[in-house]
Amino acid sequence: MLVFAVVFIAPIVYSLYISLFRAQLVGDTQFVGFDNYVQAFTDAQFWSGVGRVSLFLVIQVPIMLGIAMVVALAIDSARLYGKDFLRIAVFMPYAVPAVVAALMWGFMYGPRFGLVGYVNDFFGWSLPNLLTPEWILLAIGNIVTWSFVGYNMLIFYSSLRTIPTSLYEAAELDGASQSHIIRHIKLPAIRGSIAVATIFSVIGSFQLFNEPSILQSIAPNAISTYFTPNLYAYNLSFSGQQYNYAAAVAIIMGVITMVVAYVVQLRGIRKDES
Amino acid sequence: MTLRNTAAAPSPLVSPSKSRASVPRLRTRKAPSIDRPRRSIWLTVVSAVVLIYAILPLVWLLISSTKTQDDLLSTFGFTFGNSFALFENIANTLTYDDGIFVRWFANTLLYVVVGAGGATLLAVMGGYGLAKFTFRGKKAIFAVVIGAVAVPGTALAVPTFLMFSQVGITNTPWSVIIPSLISPFGLYLMWTFASQAVPTELLEAARMDGSSEFRTFWQVALPLLAPGTVTVLLFTTVATWNNYFLPLIMLRDPQWYPLTVGLNAWNAQASTVGGQAIFDLVVTGSLLTIVPLIVAFLLLQRFWQSGLAAGSVKE
Amino acid sequence: MIRIFNRRRALAGSAAAVALALTLGACSSSDNGGNGGGETETDVAAALEQGGDLLVWGWDATLPPMIEAFEEAYPNVNVELANVGTGTDAYTALQNAIQAGSGIPDVVHMEYSAVPQFALTEDLADLTPFGAADLEDSYTPGTWGSVAIDDGVYGLPLDSGPMAMFYNATVFEENGIAVPETWEQYVEAARTLHTADPSKYMVGDAGDAGFVQSMIWQADGRPFQSEGTDVTVDLGDDGSNKFAEMWQPMLDEDLVAPVVTWSDEWYKALGDGTINTLLIGAWMPVNLESGVPEAAGNWRAAPMPQYTAGDDTNAENGGSALVVTEASAQQALAYGFTEFSNSGDGVGVRLEAGTFPATVADIESPEFTGKEFPYFGGQKVNEVLAAAATSVSSGWQYLPFQAYAVSIFNDNLGKSYTSDQPLTEGLASWQDAIVSYGNNQGFTVNGG
Repeated sequence: MLVFAVVFIAPIVYSLYISLFRAQLVGDTQFVGFDNYVQAFTDAQFWSGVGRVSLFLVIQVPIMLGIAMVVALAIDSARLYGKDFLRIAVFMPYAVPAVVAALMWGFMYGPRFGLVGYVNDFFGWSLPNLLTPEWILLAIGNIVTWSFVGYNMLIFYSSLRTIPTSLYEAAELDGASQSHIIRHIKLPAIRGSIAVATIFSVIGSFQLFNEPSILQSIAPNAISTYFTPNLYAYNLSFSGQQYNYAAAVAIIMGVITMVVAYVVQLRGIRKDES
Repeated sequence: MTLRNTAAAPSPLVSPSKSRASVPRLRTRKAPSIDRPRRSIWLTVVSAVVLIYAILPLVWLLISSTKTQDDLLSTFGFTFGNSFALFENIANTLTYDDGIFVRWFANTLLYVVVGAGGATLLAVMGGYGLAKFTFRGKKAIFAVVIGAVAVPGTALAVPTFLMFSQVGITNTPWSVIIPSLISPFGLYLMWTFASQAVPTELLEAARMDGSSEFRTFWQVALPLLAPGTVTVLLFTTVATWNNYFLPLIMLRDPQWYPLTVGLNAWNAQASTVGGQAIFDLVVTGSLLTIVPLIVAFLLLQRFWQSGLAAGSVKE
Repeated sequence: MIRIFNRRRALAGSAAAVALALTLGACSSSDNGGNGGGETETDVAAALEQGGDLLVWGWDATLPPMIEAFEEAYPNVNVELANVGTGTDAYTALQNAIQAGSGIPDVVHMEYSAVPQFALTEDLADLTPFGAADLEDSYTPGTWGSVAIDDGVYGLPLDSGPMAMFYNATVFEENGIAVPETWEQYVEAARTLHTADPSKYMVGDAGDAGFVQSMIWQADGRPFQSEGTDVTVDLGDDGSNKFAEMWQPMLDEDLVAPVVTWSDEWYKALGDGTINTLLIGAWMPVNLESGVPEAAGNWRAAPMPQYTAGDDTNAENGGSALVVTEASAQQALAYGFTEFSNSGDGVGVRLEAGTFPATVADIESPEFTGKEFPYFGGQKVNEVLAAAATSVSSGWQYLPFQAYAVSIFNDNLGKSYTSDQPLTEGLASWQDAIVSYGNNQGFTVNGG
């Protein structure tokens, strides 16, 4: 518990503290009260980052969880060839560090010499250059999806396997169809897992940092220094020396994340009880 | 097993009222579905697409790491190059710059063993304590832990850095290990898990026999907690192995880099005035970074899969 | 092979500096440095004899052989070289170390653009007491101007990067293109080449702050002026506009390959004839040789094109210095090392490793200019580059918070490269961002 306090509580308290000051390259550090927060609430760059991760959240998370669910149901149905191999193979990207994943996909995204470029040349297609401002969010979404589909799939799958066989037998007797079983037995039974996976995906989206930060070096015009709130806080602190303001931004972002995660949680419970 | 009288942590993610016996142990059910359904070509095809999606980049990585830098820059990604240089690449990666890669590898292992191992131990003990002992302020602690799960780890990194720099431990392994020691999610998982997996009666029986609290924990509770422990260990290991943001901020001395930060430094080296572009080493190094984790996954499959199942049983 | 790290002192570094007072507070301005002040030139010689441990941060590939030579000449000194990252990464690391008050290196390899910032916050030692000012005449005016700031000397020039145009002579020949001498001819050549073969481009540019600044410099723009904490920013001055006007058609007509400099794609494009000129610093030949070996024999060097035919004006692109930190406990020794590397015998060692020097004597030496480069088809490349060095115009200044300004360059000018926002608008928006940041940080910044 002591470690918990040192590692966890202290930084929060400390960042609350420094967020009330403003240090300058020239001149002294002053106490500024809530000025940093006021500034953040009117900071268009910050909110554009929040908007971007929210958009990312709304689109990427359902797709990723959807794919994970389909694969989990498919494996669980035992109607597949080679399901053990599939399960392991789909999970494997989870073992790839985000840094490596971003480097790898970065090489492949190359519009001239990467995979995208070769496919275009070879088939005469014109796949878009994913490293442009219009497509970059998709490029990042793809990397994240790739990394975490297997992980979420396994969560769903293991949860599916805990459903008592007797329930299926009963449904069978009632003459229920497969889709009926999925909708009325399987999905409700694993609602808890879905909630967990959703919350973690939500938190992951709001924390987006590694992928855009690595891709920035090959797509500098598509990924700004305020692309995601986390990236913004990082750049404010370390290239702008604005630690105090960055702390305020991080705190606001933490509160937003908690609120959203809490709402998702509440929804999960309510559905469960209904 | 009936779960009577588990001073249960209120599980907010799911309804605690659900009464279906949630035995936190994987059902060893061979045929999970009704009868023995016929195999479906259609489902197989859909899954195959996902499969290809999942492994294609890894295939690319494997093929690319057999290429020299020339080939890497001039031949198609999914065909082999004009030369097969996998072993040279591996040798170069391991020896480049006085074998710094090996050093990074050792660092990563250190952070994983101490950081993830410590985090798991703390989570297991903390979770057990919170689940099985009643004391004042428990509700408050629970709220804090749940809140902690939602706080982005990266948001803490910058203030932690500022604090650490005042005590003068940035740029040391401690600056990476200490923050890794805490896994709110692990704690939460172990809490819910322990409250279900360890019957209070058993503990009471052990206490009546005169077993000390400590012995009770080690000999009675810990074996029961094993599946959950494996899950937490898996989470924390992957999290530490993949950690990038924290060491990026904390460390300046390349001698202490973990693999992730080191690889990105190599990638950036191409933009150095007078620096060599070493994309071939970046690719091979990436391969070498993920292989141990994948091998570990494959070897320990049985353990973590049952652990994962156990962990997700929270209905 | 580059040996970045000297393993003999794996764990040192922090130990030496722990003794220093920790600089608390969110932003430090440490002026409590080691024993700066009373030292003189004789102390330098004594310190070199007496020896000690030096921590050096740098990423330049010519440093390791030079350090070997240094340790041979002064066996009592033990130098540890750490590569903490390139450019901005290294400055962030330095900032963090200063912030933490521990692990601060004695000597840092630093680009000219970053020197004013660290000099202003008094994190760099003024080297005048050690006799640095006497060396003024041995360096090119452009490089000296970058380290001599407000009556102090905050580093010694390590290398320089007068701009030149490197071009793919083979592709030029195949497409009947003459080497352009003016920008007008350059743009015209870009059109001819891209029309003849749409897969080929004259140049690659995806928005690079260093390039744009050097080009503005070459067009006689001086957008940044500062004296102490008074800063003027005018990215709409004549030079800036002259460059923007010239470059705009290149972007509008898609004559520029949108390839990010230093990416793997960029290296490929330099090798296979996709990108056919480089407007870049004179340090480039080594990078071409090691990064683009497949194009050996194709590339040549030429002077920068001019706005008016017959003119001869040039700018610096990149280039860096070695600086001594104010927090170093052994500034005399650190200066001794810096002088060896940048003025003494070290220069010769680094020349062999392929550096482009900042020292006039070396640039003008027949041995240097007469060297034939097989990679460049036997061309005496340094002859062209040495001439380029002498035509660099003076008076350029960087901002005292240049690193941050560079970091937000693409935020503001990115749209000029990916959509139809004119360069001038991008520059104006960059200027606004710079002005507002500077004022926030306690400077007095005026937009021109």
